[in-house]
Amino acid sequence: MQDTPFIELLWTTLGAILTLATFSFLYKDNPFYKFAEHLVVGVSAGYFFVLLIHTSLIPTLFNRIFDGNYAYIIPGLLGLSMWFRFSKKLAWVSRYPIACYIGIGSGVALPLYMYNNVNRQLTSTLDLTLGVGSGTEFWNIIIVLGVLAALIYFFFSKEHKGAFGGFAKVGIYILMIGFGASFGYTVMARISLFVQRIASLQEWVNMLSDYVS
Amino acid sequence: MNVFEKMTMLDRRWVYLFLAVVVTFAYLFRNDFSVPVTVTSEVESIYQFIEDLDPGDKILISFDYDPNSLAELHPMARAILLHAFRTDVKVLGVTLSQYGSTMVEELLRNGVEESRELYGIEKKYGEDYCFLGYRPYPALVILGMGQNFRIYFPEDYYNNPLDSLPIMDRVRNYDDVKCVLVLTSGTTGDWWIVYGNAKYDMPLALGVTGVMASDFYPYLGNAIFGLIGGWKGAAEYEKLVGEEHDATAGMPAQVAAHLTIILFILIGNIGYYLSRRKTQTDL
Repeated sequence: MQDTPFIELLWTTLGAILTLATFSFLYKDNPFYKFAEHLVVGVSAGYFFVLLIHTSLIPTLFNRIFDGNYAYIIPGLLGLSMWFRFSKKLAWVSRYPIACYIGIGSGVALPLYMYNNVNRQLTSTLDLTLGVGSGTEFWNIIIVLGVLAALIYFFFSKEHKGAFGGFAKVGIYILMIGFGASFGYTVMARISLFVQRIASLQEWVNMLSDYVS
Repeated sequence: MNVFEKMTMLDRRWVYLFLAVVVTFAYLFRNDFSVPVTVTSEVESIYQFIEDLDPGDKILISFDYDPNSLAELHPMARAILLHAFRTDVKVLGVTLSQYGSTMVEELLRNGVEESRELYGIEKKYGEDYCFLGYRPYPALVILGMGQNFRIYFPEDYYNNPLDSLPIMDRVRNYDDVKCVLVLTSGTTGDWWIVYGNAKYDMPLALGVTGVMASDFYPYLGNAIFGLIGGWKGAAEYEKLVGEEHDATAGMPAQVAAHLTIILFILIGNIGYYLSRRKTQTDL
């Protein structure tokens, strides 16, 4: 009678109904939207809970301890001690894993962030020789001037008057161009999601008509 | 009150409806429009990097997105996979997104099927590609993989020991792959740059959602060698590979949506200007 398997049609129909329920929020908040929203949150939370056990606890903790790597008992105990937060008297115990986490995290992250977000960015921005010969020399100067102008706009210790004020105004335009580019990209992103849903609904209609005929 | 001022008072739901109708029509009648796609250097550099690899070279692709961003990132993932399979580059797949593993598994399977249909080449799991699966806490996984992939992935997605896969032979860490391509919709882009490239200095390129694209341009040339931004970037890659698909099909709708929004911005600004002038005149 039809090429479309019933189970595939069922799932696609469910997807289509949830899509329409989500879009209904654009008109106003309603029970259909609420149902779709709660379903996503509930399924996601349940899925992630089980996933954490199977992708983190079992392979990287339990299996290693059972294989004889008893050093892994220490992070296991640190993880367990987080549960002391539920006791008012013993909540202080949970500060130890947090201290370890923040201490190790900061130690690893700080030099890398400093190198990547400050040193490397400064070098790339101020290096006027970057890409010389490839026709980018003019834009290198624009980048340096643009960064300085945008920074001057945020410098409030001196009144924005005269040449300093003029440069700060250029900074505003630089920022606006940046925000405009981000806005354009954001529109593209949102429209992409919408178009994909339209394509999905179109597929559902085709499947339904195929099934019925 | 003139027409522009009236339009600034319009219920925003009419704007949503109008935009939805325009986008839907532009998508449904996409074959009647032709939108030229210009390839940018940041996308071409990724294409050229893969193109210049020797057959048998290995690349790591981290599919760090979930079904929420599937619409934006699947087209570029598909195009890159087809390109890698066509040029006989071996692919190590991984995901650092908790909801990504089943989606990526399906993407890889579809990539294999498509390359069979399009190019008549057969790709074998474990030899030509593999999927390591998902592990939580991306920053730690990125750091750990820099030492040895087996620290966080002793087994692949299908519970095969990594050492039993021929593709993983003599592959220990980032030094043993030619580059890392990260397709991301979240914060892992930053983490791959900081904990991956800044620490281990491996060649890194990103494919990101449109919302994130402008944030990563400052890293071009210093931390990343290429950047694919949203659907436009994906359409560029599809054009380079010669397999125009979802992203290219969505370009007419994108153009229609952008023109509509520009029109609304103009109307809103004219209305605002006229109402402000009227207020000043009344005073």
